[in-house]
Amino acid sequence: MTNEHLLTTLRARFGDDAFTDVEEPHGLLTLTFQRELTLELMHFLKEGELGFTFLTTMCGINYPNNLNRELGMIYHLHNLVTNTRIRLKTFFPVLDPVMPTLTNLWATANWMEREAYDFFGITFTGHPNLIRILNVEDMDYFPMRREYPLEDQTREDKTDSFFGR
Amino acid sequence: MSVTTPPALAGSGKQIQMVEAPEGLEGAGFFATSLEKVIGLARSYSLWPLPFATSCCGIEFMATMGSHYDISRFGSERPSFSPRQADLLMVMGTIAKKMAPVVKQVYEQMAEPRWVLSMGACACSGGIFDSYSVLQGIDRIIPVDVYVPGCPPRPEQVLDGLMQVQELARNESLRRRNSPEYQALLASYNIK
Repeated sequence: MTNEHLLTTLRARFGDDAFTDVEEPHGLLTLTFQRELTLELMHFLKEGELGFTFLTTMCGINYPNNLNRELGMIYHLHNLVTNTRIRLKTFFPVLDPVMPTLTNLWATANWMEREAYDFFGITFTGHPNLIRILNVEDMDYFPMRREYPLEDQTREDKTDSFFGR
Repeated sequence: MSVTTPPALAGSGKQIQMVEAPEGLEGAGFFATSLEKVIGLARSYSLWPLPFATSCCGIEFMATMGSHYDISRFGSERPSFSPRQADLLMVMGTIAKKMAPVVKQVYEQMAEPRWVLSMGACACSGGIFDSYSVLQGIDRIIPVDVYVPGCPPRPEQVLDGLMQVQELARNESLRRRNSPEYQALLASYNIK
């Protein structure tokens, strides 16, 4: 299955302007889609003729300088029969970090969405158990958002004389 | 330390080191010393360590425990994996903030007298992991007796740290754990 065929099929189904920023780094077709399309698109990719039955991974991302597109989700899908991969991105405002859950399509999305929630504060509507997965339960911020100093501010042994702070 | 060679080993060149008796009065058929010194002696040569190993320092500790470096030469023959029977908590490796309550609970489950050895840069200060997820030194949650620096420390350093703990155990007053200073120390960590 070629990237060309993939893109044609997707555009035929969702319209020509549904996908932006089309790239093929290392031959991996990469698309950016509208958040509103998420469920329909994922359902089409999994259950439709394209056969992307495997959700390889997903992750959140934060570009604080992209106004109204600060937060994003990235999905990697794999067609195990033809050994084809596709990468899908979507971006949304940091003030509205809401995505639909994919747990109804892939059970494996459960923990990965919890991870995205844990680190980026993206909430997934319909997720059965959206709680922190890796960080301490009582953490009151989302550490991978680029809003915080990199180093732990409570540290006392690192002084200017040694580390040039 | 006095050196004696038992008859069975005579001629083989091997030597067994015996621990010297503490200061005391000696006469025909009796030896008198203070209870504190005897107990300190006994405690220092039978420290049961609880290895709390979370990362690469734990690997160095495994070498320390093994036959080459052989921590049992110092009376720590039996690593205790139950805190209730342990005398010495050896924290070895990065302690994430999520792991901190576990370390504290293990410490609280140990019976007095208890000592803590912090091994490696991470346990002592957070090390290179100056980050949101890592506890910046275990002395933020429990009192530490001996710090062993290094990343990771070599087994010799761990043995040296253990000998420092032995020194503490040997010279500790029997009343220390009842003293108001010690109670204040525990209270400052919000322990019991």
